[in-house]
Amino acid sequence: MFDIDIWQEIFSTIRKNKLRTFLTGFSVAWGIFMLMVLLGSGNGLQNGVREQFSDNAENIMWMWTGETSIPFKGYKEGREIRFNNEDYDYLLDKAEGVDQVSARFFLRGDITYSYGKEYGSFTTSTCYPALADMEKIKISSGRFLNDLDMMEFRKVVVIGDDIRKALFKEEDPLGKYINIGNVPFMVIGVSHDPRSQDNRQSYMPFTTAQRIYGGGNRVHTFAITTEMVQTAEEATAISDNIRQQMAMRHSFDPTDQKAMGSFNMLTEYIRTMKIFQAIKMFVWIIGIGTLIAGIVGVSNIMLILVKERTREIGIRKALGASPASVIGLILLESILITTIAGYIGLVMGVGLMEGFNYALEQMISSGGGDQIFFRNPTVDFGTAISATLILILSGALAGYIPARKAASVKPIEALHDE
Amino acid sequence: MIVLDSIHKSYVTGTNSLHVLKGIDLEIGAGEFVSVMGSSGSGKSTLLNILGILDDYDSGSYVLNGKKIKGLNETKAAMLRNEMIGFVFQSFNLISFKNARENVALPLYYQKVSRRKRNVIAMEYLDRMGLKDWADHLPSELSGGQKQRVAIARALISNPKVILADEPTGALDTVTSFEVMDILKEVNDQGITVIIVTHEHDIASMTRKIIRLRDGIIAEVIVNGDLQLYRDRVLAE
Repeated sequence: MFDIDIWQEIFSTIRKNKLRTFLTGFSVAWGIFMLMVLLGSGNGLQNGVREQFSDNAENIMWMWTGETSIPFKGYKEGREIRFNNEDYDYLLDKAEGVDQVSARFFLRGDITYSYGKEYGSFTTSTCYPALADMEKIKISSGRFLNDLDMMEFRKVVVIGDDIRKALFKEEDPLGKYINIGNVPFMVIGVSHDPRSQDNRQSYMPFTTAQRIYGGGNRVHTFAITTEMVQTAEEATAISDNIRQQMAMRHSFDPTDQKAMGSFNMLTEYIRTMKIFQAIKMFVWIIGIGTLIAGIVGVSNIMLILVKERTREIGIRKALGASPASVIGLILLESILITTIAGYIGLVMGVGLMEGFNYALEQMISSGGGDQIFFRNPTVDFGTAISATLILILSGALAGYIPARKAASVKPIEALHDE
Repeated sequence: MIVLDSIHKSYVTGTNSLHVLKGIDLEIGAGEFVSVMGSSGSGKSTLLNILGILDDYDSGSYVLNGKKIKGLNETKAAMLRNEMIGFVFQSFNLISFKNARENVALPLYYQKVSRRKRNVIAMEYLDRMGLKDWADHLPSELSGGQKQRVAIARALISNPKVILADEPTGALDTVTSFEVMDILKEVNDQGITVIIVTHEHDIASMTRKIIRLRDGIIAEVIVNGDLQLYRDRVLAE
C-alpha cells in the first residue's frame, strides 16, 4: 500500500487538477484554522478570567456584619451585630465544610509607620496565619506569621514591598523594629504582590492587634476557606449553613442580609467555569461543523474525480487490480489532501494564536496588561493531536464513499463508454 | 484451453429481461487463432466479457485452462484476469498520464513485481514491438498504431494463456491494421491463444477459425485455410 507507485499515481492526478485540489484543501485548512482560532480564543478568555480569580484561593469566603434590618425574636431592627472570638473557635472547630479560618480586627483611622527618620501611612491587615493561603500572599524575604506569634501575642509584622521601600530604602528590614502607631513591632518578613495591589499593606497577628488596640473580643470580619466541593449548589449550601448558625448565635433573622453579609467565591468560580465549559463545547461544535463542510467538499471532489477516472479504473481492473487496491488508491489520495491541507491550517491557526500570545505577553510585561481579560490564548498539545487525528479520520471518511464507488466500477461499462 | 458449455446470459433492466446468449457451446484449443464475428446485438461483446472474466454468466459452464470460472469474487477474478488473460481494446485504453513503459509495466505492478524489475521487462516487450525509443512518451505523443502496439505489449507482459482483442483494428487505417494483425499472428505463433472480436471480414479472414454469432447462438464456424487469398486481394486494392 505504501510503495512509491501509489504515491506517483496520486501525485500525478493532483498535478493534473491543481486548482481543484487547492480549493478542496483550502476548505479543510480553513476549517481547522477556524477551529484552532476559536479554541485558542476560548482558552484565552478562560485563562484571563481564571487569572482574575487568582488573587485569592478560589474557595475563599468573606463574612462581615452590620445592623439588623428585620425585627427578630422581640429585638427591634437597627441592632448592631458583632462577631467575636467565640465565633472564631466555632468556625474553626465545629462549622461544617470549613477548612481554614482567619479573623480580622480593623484598626481605626490611618496609622503612621515610622523607622528612624522615615515615616508613612499604610494599611494594616490583622489576620491569622491561614490568610497566607487564602489570599495567596507571597513572601519575598523572611517568613509570614505563625501560630506561636498568635499564642504569645508577639509584636511582629510582615510588611508589603512598598512599605519596605519607603521606610528602609536599601537596608535589610528583617529583625528591625518599626513603630506602628507608636508601638514598636519587629519586621519578620516582606510580602510582595506581583499585581502590586497589596504592596502598601502589612500583616499583623490578629491576637496582638486585638489586645494592643483595645478590641476586647471583637472580630470585624472573617475570611474562611470552604471545602473544595464540585457544584455551585454544594458551595452555596455551606455558606447557607454558616449563615444559619451565625443567625442562631447572634439572634438575627437568617434572611437579613444587612445583619450579616458574605461572599462565597467558590459559588462564583464554579458558575464561571461552567460557562466556560459550555463555551468550549460550543466552540467545538462550530469548529467541527466548519470541518464537516470541508470534508463534504473533499468527498464531493473525490466523487467527481472517480467519475472522471472511471475509464482508468476500468482499465486497471481489467489488468488485474483488485477492489482493495482501487479503494486504497482513492482513500489514500483523500487522506493525503485532507491531512496536508489540515496540517497547514493547524500550523497557521496555532501560529496565529502563539503570535497573538507573544504580543499579549509583551504588553503585560510592559505593565499594560492589568485590564486584559485574555491570557495565553493557545491550544494545548493534546488538543492539536486530537485535531490531527480527527483530520486523518475525516480524510478517510471523505474518501470512503467515492472509493466504494470506484471499487464498484464495472470494467465492461467503463471501457465501453466511448 | 477454453471450453464453453451451453452458456446462457441475460441482462435484466427493470421488468425487461434481454436474453443475449442463448446457449453457446464452444471449444477453443491452446494456440488457436480465432475471430468472433457478428452484427451488433449478436452477443459478441457479451461473449468476450464472459471469456475475459469481466462478467459472470447465468447458466452453463466455462472452463479456462482446466479451471471452472463461475461466481468468483472480484479479487479472485482480478487475479485470474491478471494471470491468464491479456486484453487489447479498440480504443487502446492506455492510461493517459503514464508513459509507454509505465503502461506496459502496469499488469506486473498488480503481480507485486518490484519496480526496477518490471521496468526492465517492460523495456524488453517494447523492444519486441519496435518501440524502444518511445518508452518515455505519453500515449498522446504516439500514433494509433504505436498505441495499439503498446497495448499489445501490455497484454503480453504478464505471460497470459489467452489474448482477447476487442476490435483491435477498429480505430486504425488499413495498413496499420495489417501491421497489428501481423503482430498478433506472431504472438499466436509463440503458442498463445488469440481471440479477436471484429466485424471486418478482411481482419477475420486473417485468423484460422471464424466463429459467427447470430442472435445469441453460434450460426457457423468457418475453419479457414484458404481465405489467406482474400487478404492478398484486399491488399492489392
